[in-house]
Amino acid sequence: MKKISFTLNGELRQVDVAPNEILLEVLRYKIGVKSPKCGCDTGDCGACTVILNGKAVRSCLIFAIEINGQEIVTLEGLSKDGLTPLQKALLDRNAFQCGYCAPGMILSATCLMSGNPHPSEEEIKESIAGNLCRCTGYQPVIDAISEVTKKH
Amino acid sequence: MEELKFVGHPAVRIDGKEKVTGAAVYTDDLEFGPDLLYAEIVEGPHAHAMIRAIDASEAMKVPGVICVVTGKDFPYNFGLYMKDRFIFAQDRVRFFGEQIAAVVARTPQAAKKAARLVQVNYSPLPKVVSPLEALREGADLIHPDLKHYEHVPWFFPKPDTNIAHHRKVRKGNVEQGFAEADYILEDTYEVPRYAHCAIEYHAAVAKYDHSGRLTVWASSQSPHTQRNLFAIALAPLGIRHNDVRVIAPHVGGGFGSKAGVTMEIIAAAIATKVKGHPVKVLWNREREFYNTYQRLGVVAKLKIGVKSDGRITALHHSLFWDAGAYVEYGANVVNAVGLSAIGPYRVDNASIDSYCIYTNLPPGGPYRGFGYSEFLFGLESHMERMAKHLGIDPVEMRRRNAIRAGDITAYGAKMNPNGLHQAIDAVAKEIKWHETPSPSGPDMAIGKGFSLFWKAPAMPPNTSSSCFLKFNEDASINLLVSGMDLGQGFLTVMAQIAAEILSVPISKIRTENPDTDRNPYEWQTVASHVTWGCGNAVKRAALDAREQIFSLAARTHDVPKDLLYLEDEVVKCKRRPGFALPLKDFVIHGIQMEDGTFKGGPIMGRGVFMPEYASTKADPETSQGGHPNVHYTVGAAAAIIEIDKQTGRVQVKKVVEAVDCGKAINPSLVKGQITGGILQGISTVLYEEMKFDHRGKMLNPNFTDYKIPTALDIPDEVIPLIIEVPEPDGPYGARGMGEHTMLPVAPMIANAIEDALGIRMKSMPITAEKICLAMTGLKKQQEK
Repeated sequence: MKKISFTLNGELRQVDVAPNEILLEVLRYKIGVKSPKCGCDTGDCGACTVILNGKAVRSCLIFAIEINGQEIVTLEGLSKDGLTPLQKALLDRNAFQCGYCAPGMILSATCLMSGNPHPSEEEIKESIAGNLCRCTGYQPVIDAISEVTKKH
Repeated sequence: MEELKFVGHPAVRIDGKEKVTGAAVYTDDLEFGPDLLYAEIVEGPHAHAMIRAIDASEAMKVPGVICVVTGKDFPYNFGLYMKDRFIFAQDRVRFFGEQIAAVVARTPQAAKKAARLVQVNYSPLPKVVSPLEALREGADLIHPDLKHYEHVPWFFPKPDTNIAHHRKVRKGNVEQGFAEADYILEDTYEVPRYAHCAIEYHAAVAKYDHSGRLTVWASSQSPHTQRNLFAIALAPLGIRHNDVRVIAPHVGGGFGSKAGVTMEIIAAAIATKVKGHPVKVLWNREREFYNTYQRLGVVAKLKIGVKSDGRITALHHSLFWDAGAYVEYGANVVNAVGLSAIGPYRVDNASIDSYCIYTNLPPGGPYRGFGYSEFLFGLESHMERMAKHLGIDPVEMRRRNAIRAGDITAYGAKMNPNGLHQAIDAVAKEIKWHETPSPSGPDMAIGKGFSLFWKAPAMPPNTSSSCFLKFNEDASINLLVSGMDLGQGFLTVMAQIAAEILSVPISKIRTENPDTDRNPYEWQTVASHVTWGCGNAVKRAALDAREQIFSLAARTHDVPKDLLYLEDEVVKCKRRPGFALPLKDFVIHGIQMEDGTFKGGPIMGRGVFMPEYASTKADPETSQGGHPNVHYTVGAAAAIIEIDKQTGRVQVKKVVEAVDCGKAINPSLVKGQITGGILQGISTVLYEEMKFDHRGKMLNPNFTDYKIPTALDIPDEVIPLIIEVPEPDGPYGARGMGEHTMLPVAPMIANAIEDALGIRMKSMPITAEKICLAMTGLKKQQEK
């Protein structure tokens, strides 16, 4: 076990981890942050997406020990001060159905928008292409991202 | 008609905010404290074998292991429609990956480690992995005890064969119908198995406490059916229905996979062996593919006769279903298709044989569409081919045969009111059917395809839904139902119906996924029936509450009850403009009289719905005489696709789909179902393909090797169209439409491929590779 410290949603956290512990498991089962979901455990589905130092990554492919001194944001952190314009647009459009992919999808899109405030439709699709959704057909999610990036 | 304020409006989902903020809680998000135990499954490495011995002694030595359970601990069979399943394999393994035993431990790591140490000694048996092979004389029997299994009265198993059910339909005079035909086309279509691919795994946590209470938290489409099946299977332990409680949090996608009972019963059974501890069973992606349900595969032999003007004179459809190792649910897919495999057409002379065949592959079961996608692939391909042969426009061919209200279905009941003809016209107009689109380059081929669809809910005739409606002090409402919001928006739609009757805004109505102890009965959230069935129960509960409100107002204020109405949470009177009784003033605490006493008390509505006209009683040789299906939802769809002739890659340019949902209670959610269903359909026809090896082991149970679409694989444009021909017994005329949206997609794409390339593909999936190979074959043929 090794003690690591990192910033999680703006708060400094310390936790003991074994060298082979996966970040997703540590977030969910040791810290209790539940918005990152497990949908494959092999990096295919993107449900476990978190923002690591400003970049959307899959927390099921990262050892927790690697994030010592780094900064992580999950959907809980994004929602702290009310809904972001993107969350509002997704809500208003009934863009999600079962909602299981929503945390990962929203973080991927948020990352895109922070680096590229006015993306093309292709760039939007590319940014969420690593987040699988079986319910929506993706179009309502793309429309919501597109609406927000055109407006702001 | 009075203007509707809530029904028919695109309300925002009531669970939307939870879902966009990460607040939504799914089963594996629940906390159970430090006493939680973990179970890991031991899987059988044979498709068909006898279990000789199980030795768990090495597994028991792993620190943290509590116990190992096997089939011997639970000699109980269970099943929804036929009791052919077991909690763990008994003496025989019937598919590769079947659960043989489970290790229960303090940590998931210890359970996994110990599960690998359980030694099982098998004697392999010959296996049967295709339905036609399973039918051969002398084929090995997968269920030698078939004749002893309990089943619903509308199943007809053939003992001492691998046929678990044969649905037989005979209508009119088929021989004469074919004799009258000017053209007969006969061919075979094949549709393989598919996986649901909900992104959330199956998960169940169960606790059997020292008082004999069994609580199960599960990702479920069927909380009450699970309670029922757990109670029946575990009755030998002294467990009764009121001892069992199923709590269902949010579900991360179902599509049929979380209907009925599959792995949840493992958690329930194990809990009885570790009294007092909660125990978690969590599936993984691999098991999602090979040990829940799979969509059944089918070989469909279809023969249709038509007059030269395109009118159908006779139809014969034989469907040989690869139903897998256990068919307790899947046999009803076979049954449903047997009843409906004429498609949405008027067919006077029809014969259908739908065979449910055991194979040594994973259990086949419910999957969005319940068999209709599978038979429509052949039927709608056939219609297109026959139209082209006769020189009739394929849309016109369908128009000439499309079923109308009052026409007689294959089993002799009358077709319900429907907007099929409107749907055909609306789709043909929107897709510009009579225009020929041009390809975008010399290497591209462009084509368009059309398809109709229909589907009825497949349910027992006494399927019911119910609702309790409770007012709170501020006139807000708790609406208790037991349908599940799987993402389709069920809870929002129920709130809209209650809001409409009681004039209470949706924001003041709370309705959540159920707890079977607190919420009233619902059969299951399957068959696209809950908007219709549970919607009726909610409407009745709201009307019941409204009646109580009006009665109380009338007897305390001397106003005639029939002049009262509700508006903006206030009781008003048509003849006394100043009369206004705000609901919040009395729905809990009653109304005070001049003498200081109070009248009334908490307002609580109750609503129940069961389709009392449904019946499965019919002649088994013809299926005539009953009323097994309550109604059909119909529609039409068309697509324009472009194919890269170098690579065979298909790009869907535009899809138009019209569905007659009777009344769109929430048009935004209806359109969401159409957009999502179309992509799921495109995925089955263009991308997804299960591979099994010679041992019957699935080779690609993961998202790397079993491709489902990403945001880069969607159609360029999807146009959803809503048709509204009211269902006479639907709430505000509504009928279900969730599953239906993917039904026309596979044949529509196959028809467009033929239109583009002149190649008819008769088996799914139609991958780029298959298109390329077919083009090469065509080229060679042309060169000869």
